[in-house]
Amino acid sequence: MFHWLEKNPFFFSVGVFVVIAFAGLIEILPNFAEASRPVVGVKPYTVLELAGKNVYKKDACYECHSQLIRPFKSETDRYGQVSLSGEYAYDRPFLWGSKRTGPDLHRVGNYRTTDWHENHMWDPKSVVPQTVMPAYKHMFTNLADVDTAYAEALTVKNVFNTPYDAPNGIKLGTLDEGRAAALEDAKAIAANMKNKDVKDAVARGEIPEIVAIIAYLNRLK
Amino acid sequence: MQSNAALEYDYSVAKLFTYTTILFGFLGMLIGTLIAAQLAWPELNYLIGEYGTFSRLRPMHTQIVIFGFTLSGVFATFYYVGQRVMKVSMAESPFLMFMGKLHFWLYFVGALAAVITLELGMTQSKEYAAFEWPIDVVIVLVWVIWGISVFGLIGIRREKSLYISMWYYIATFLGIAMLYLFNNMSIPTYFASGGIGSIFHSVSMYSGTNDALVQWWYGHNAVAFGFTVPIVAMVYYFLPKESGQAVYSYKLSLLSFWGLMFVYLWAGSHHLMWSTVPDWMQTMGSIFSIVLILPSWGSAINMLLTMKGEWNQLTENPLIKFMVLASTFYMLSTLEGPIQAIRSVNAIAHFTDWIPGHVHDGVLGWVVFMIMAGLFHMAPRMFKREIYSKKLMEAQFWLQTTAVVLYFTSMWIAGITQGMMWRAVDEYGNLMYSFIDTVAVLHPYYAIRALSGVLYLVGFLMFAYNMIKTMTSSRVLTEEPQFRSPMA
Repeated sequence: MFHWLEKNPFFFSVGVFVVIAFAGLIEILPNFAEASRPVVGVKPYTVLELAGKNVYKKDACYECHSQLIRPFKSETDRYGQVSLSGEYAYDRPFLWGSKRTGPDLHRVGNYRTTDWHENHMWDPKSVVPQTVMPAYKHMFTNLADVDTAYAEALTVKNVFNTPYDAPNGIKLGTLDEGRAAALEDAKAIAANMKNKDVKDAVARGEIPEIVAIIAYLNRLK
Repeated sequence: MQSNAALEYDYSVAKLFTYTTILFGFLGMLIGTLIAAQLAWPELNYLIGEYGTFSRLRPMHTQIVIFGFTLSGVFATFYYVGQRVMKVSMAESPFLMFMGKLHFWLYFVGALAAVITLELGMTQSKEYAAFEWPIDVVIVLVWVIWGISVFGLIGIRREKSLYISMWYYIATFLGIAMLYLFNNMSIPTYFASGGIGSIFHSVSMYSGTNDALVQWWYGHNAVAFGFTVPIVAMVYYFLPKESGQAVYSYKLSLLSFWGLMFVYLWAGSHHLMWSTVPDWMQTMGSIFSIVLILPSWGSAINMLLTMKGEWNQLTENPLIKFMVLASTFYMLSTLEGPIQAIRSVNAIAHFTDWIPGHVHDGVLGWVVFMIMAGLFHMAPRMFKREIYSKKLMEAQFWLQTTAVVLYFTSMWIAGITQGMMWRAVDEYGNLMYSFIDTVAVLHPYYAIRALSGVLYLVGFLMFAYNMIKTMTSSRVLTEEPQFRSPMA
């Protein structure tokens, strides 16, 4: 049979494809519907949080920080309650990471504050002297992309039925409403910050990246 | 009967991809060395503002060595090996010639665009699939064109029976096509929202745990079909060719091939152990990872036994040395991977530097060594000149071998140290170390790794220099060498 296959490239290719494809079918598909069901109480991201999540992706925080607390006592002692599948229901893409050059961040909102992040992003060594993390000063001047974050929220609402604008849920509304809500959230965060340029920018109606990413990190609980 | 002597193979596309293999290899390894040094000396993050941080450079390192260096090497060897094992010249078909050239130029332009978008921070943040959707479209196009080349060449072949290397090239084409398409399913937000925000941004079709499953089904098997399958294709062609020995066992190659195809795809979930994916998937990933030793070692042993009775060539021909060491590192790496996929080992190894250590003894010792050996073998036949310097090749071999050993030993120690420190508790059951203690302790190992990066990079420059000299100023050959590559 194999000799015959080697002389018939078409059937050879079909054979290879069948052999490699069905592992995926069996392993991935059966659990698909269940794994994407949210845990009770998990809400979709606000526009500002989404903008912050995109900053997190842009500067590749996931390369060094995980968002997955494994079921070991040493991990729950260090980072908090073990991670549950439903907590990630609104994470597109998932941001578990694969390497902990720095600590896990899945519940960082429970034990770090806005001003801690502000100091740490500006100069990590001022907070943790032995750290190898670079400073992210450019986040204090670059502006967050609120419109794209809104577009993302609208997309997942329309395509995946993510529950925006539901009773007692996160309100999305129109683009202008989305922008205004993001700015309100940004003002609340900037009030706890000390960098003058950032405060001025928010007062002018602009949202620097640092404000958005802090909104995102504070939400990780 | 067709006379084979009259057949003049056309290497113009193979040559083009040879150049990009060298170019992207240098770039990818340069960036790799820099980011290794950044972990030891963080001040190196600020060389070019926000564009020079570890954040932007690490995705570039991985994407350039995978999609730049390795794929170029795969294409270069395919356009060389494919013609020869099927006894057909590209020059016989103007259509295939055009497709080959189009393949290269579209690939090259796409690669440059990919580098620029990553540097600007445009990423969908999936590891080894970082590119945003417009680049994905280009990659799919490039892949389809390569498929046309592969099956077009097969269509006009004279040798009816496909040689082992062709099995592996076909599997590479099919495997990557399937994996890449499914993992990159995403919706461009600009179009879905009626024209709001950035046109480059997209959102994944899968969420959370599902996204993780698809990503690591892809991530692990991109390693399979990018770093293993086509490299096995190379060793099956170049080692017998260079040594003049027949492949040891046809049955073993059959078993290894179909075994590898069947088993590899199951193993992806070993990247997700102790995570929120169901236990049975984790167990499947673990079991199949261990079964995977069989087909992997099957190929490697088949290669080593091909040298049976001819081990003296190891002392005489540095090219044989490269390929035998590559096969050996393949065995090491495919034993190490399954060990890390055992649940209890994974609990310590996951998230630590042991993982990059494992990846690099595979890629530096196996993938890069094999690609370089392949190109060295091709050079005298493509450029009709002897290899410029045997001495330089010997020096390069020992320098890079030392570098690989330094890399994986330092990362093994670093990884296990960190994994043990994270879980260490004192007599009252409290954690013994704060996280930063486990970072500070790694400094010497990070420094050793940076040094190994420098050594490997210097070795690669020696390879590049040797190749360029071979192309331009080495002694001209009057007739094609049959087996052993001539070198000065």
